[in-house]
Amino acid sequence: MFRPAARLLVRRSLLRSSRAITTATPQVPAHADTHGHLPSSHSRITSKLRFFNSVMEDGEQIPTYRVLDSVGKPLEGAEVPEIDEAFARKIYENMVLLPTLDTLLYNVQRQGKISFYMTAYGEEATILGSAAALANDDEVLAQYREAGVLLWRGFSLDAIMAQCLGNHEDLSSKGKQMPVHFGSPEHHFLTISSPLATQIPQAAGVGYALTRIPSRRGRNVAVCYMGEGAASEGDFHAGMLLASTIPSPTLFIARNNGFAISTPSTEQYHGDGIAARGPGYGMWTVRVDGNDVLAVLGAVREARRRCVEDGRGVLVEAMTYRVGHHSTSDDSFAYRARQEVEDRKRVDNPIARFRLYMESRGWWSKEEEELLKTRLKQDVLKAFKRAEGLQRHELKEMFTDVYGGEEPWNIKEQREELVGLLKKYGNDWEPWRNELARFKGKGQELLGDSKSA
Amino acid sequence: MNTFQAVRDALSIALLKDDTAVIFGEDIAFGGVFRCTMGLAEEFGRERVFNTPLTEQGIVGFGIGLAAMGQTAIAEIQFADYIYPAFDQLVNEAAKFRYRSGGQFDVGGLTVRCPTMSVGHGGLYHSQSPEGFFMGAAGLKVVIPRSPIQAKGLLLASIRDPNPVIFMEPKVLYRSAVEQVPVDDFELPLSRADILKPGSDLTLLSWGTPLYHCETALHMLSAPPPSLEPHIPQSLRSANIELIDLKTILPWDVESVVESVKKTGRLVIVHEAGMTAGVGAEIGAVVQDKCFLKLDAPVKRITGWDTPVGLQFEKFYIPDSIRILDGILETLKY
Repeated sequence: MFRPAARLLVRRSLLRSSRAITTATPQVPAHADTHGHLPSSHSRITSKLRFFNSVMEDGEQIPTYRVLDSVGKPLEGAEVPEIDEAFARKIYENMVLLPTLDTLLYNVQRQGKISFYMTAYGEEATILGSAAALANDDEVLAQYREAGVLLWRGFSLDAIMAQCLGNHEDLSSKGKQMPVHFGSPEHHFLTISSPLATQIPQAAGVGYALTRIPSRRGRNVAVCYMGEGAASEGDFHAGMLLASTIPSPTLFIARNNGFAISTPSTEQYHGDGIAARGPGYGMWTVRVDGNDVLAVLGAVREARRRCVEDGRGVLVEAMTYRVGHHSTSDDSFAYRARQEVEDRKRVDNPIARFRLYMESRGWWSKEEEELLKTRLKQDVLKAFKRAEGLQRHELKEMFTDVYGGEEPWNIKEQREELVGLLKKYGNDWEPWRNELARFKGKGQELLGDSKSA
Repeated sequence: MNTFQAVRDALSIALLKDDTAVIFGEDIAFGGVFRCTMGLAEEFGRERVFNTPLTEQGIVGFGIGLAAMGQTAIAEIQFADYIYPAFDQLVNEAAKFRYRSGGQFDVGGLTVRCPTMSVGHGGLYHSQSPEGFFMGAAGLKVVIPRSPIQAKGLLLASIRDPNPVIFMEPKVLYRSAVEQVPVDDFELPLSRADILKPGSDLTLLSWGTPLYHCETALHMLSAPPPSLEPHIPQSLRSANIELIDLKTILPWDVESVVESVKKTGRLVIVHEAGMTAGVGAEIGAVVQDKCFLKLDAPVKRITGWDTPVGLQFEKFYIPDSIRILDGILETLKY
């Protein structure tokens, strides 16, 4: 019915071009007897009734790609991705920085100094290995446990603290969102939002947008992180479909850490994880050991290369384990044994695995380890102390950025109403008086504006 | 031009003047089920005008992604009745994108078009007017045109507005409303109501399809057909009714409406969606707050009933001219 679209940048796979022929050509295919006349499939006809329930021909599960064993030794036949010492050290230092930061912020949440926090314990290799495989200007759409990507890209500790404390230096959300909802156009990291999986179809749109920007076409991809729980949302299905059907260079990275809050992955899906779904969408897919930073680096590099080359979605499932609680509002020992977590930490620690590899290459030593740990602890503590004393944005920011352009009358009126109430009760109602002191300008800018208006 | 041609004309201008603009949705490449995108794929190429898989949450999410990168994304939802799968993307994501990022990101380039309102035989899922559900979604704009000129000017303004806009096109008007539409590029301002007919005795406020029923009701009031003459007292036939088209549901033009009601002292609101928590409830509450001392009668709402739109019952469901006429009479007599 339509002329096939001319997509200069897209190299269709053989499978797809043959699909295009079946939809675009009215003639009977040459091998009608073997392939039938199925309008929406190039499926071979068979007289044998056979059901199947695996994407692997032998019925096995999709294998997990690994480079390093649990003591940091390359597996036999494994191809260690090309990295030099400086690059390896940068990865390692960021892998250690992540839990250092997590420990401090987790603890200060426990002391009531920030309202909420989510750690990435156990997932350091998945996050840093993938971050290191990307171009620093690939557009990232994250779920919430991927602050390590920002650290890799040079997002400062001050910026992390500013967002978590919601002080006046917070550019991520001007104190409007909960902690860990980071964002930075400069670091090509779209602002995180709480609703799960909404970023997945958005990522396909970002991927398509990149093909429409001449300077980025064929050079950048959209990168979308999600957990295995989020992959149960309808938006996952939508995003996979869109990125594969409308050619959109979008790299999907599923962190399969075994739990969505309390729900184990066995209650999340009955199939072979998230990776088994990729081929159903016609998508290049790989499963990787998410605790092996070199495997993640190698797999994501190759996934990204295919994503750029094919200009369509590619799926990576990283198998890892959520060592920490889901968030500071969760006590995970209510649904899993403390011993199980301890065992995991000991048997398969992604940081230790990489450290042993680094040491075997002569790239790292016990002395350096001690120095690094001390330095990072000091840096993190210093950034927190500095941020802790800072005031919040001005109170008037509560009403900004709802709309761009002309401010609607109702927002104007409601701000004026609050100003009236502040004038009336601001000094006499203690909860407001105490709270006002925490804002830059103590709300005076609102009162002042209204007087001049 | 009729309305679908005016929409198509606006889309063509948007694509012509803005290289980043793309149009996508279900079945739009061959021209769309209402012909609003006829020939655009041929003219501008399938990279700019393309079909999506059948997934409304995906369509809006995809549009948000495009718009977040500074592109102009014009998405189509085939019927307003099917916008709900995208409710999360619209309300939690599009509406809050700018606010939650402290103004660092926005999806102002997103416009979601969808056919809306009754069509005579649409039943439950081809008749709905869901504008009220979006009225509380601060950050979104909701726009509904009444005619081809309005459709073109308001659609171009919506596409270029720095905020995400839901543009609802009354589908019964696609072919039935025809007028001379300027072929050049023009915009009509959002959040500005139109006074279609000035008056001093009562304000009649509506948008989209029911405006035509309002017009008919006003004719019936001043020159009743013989069968209705006994129902319409001679004294009320010369009543001077002010008819207003609200055009933008969010943020709505409070100034025009309040000014009108302060002058007339009476307000009748007409919409097709059900009454409870509909747009009329919001406007009625604001008007009683701002015009309390000027009101000579309660604010009257003439709306669809609080039921789904039953197929064979539509004639008795929609707020048609006789119901509007009765509402005007009752409010004038109060």
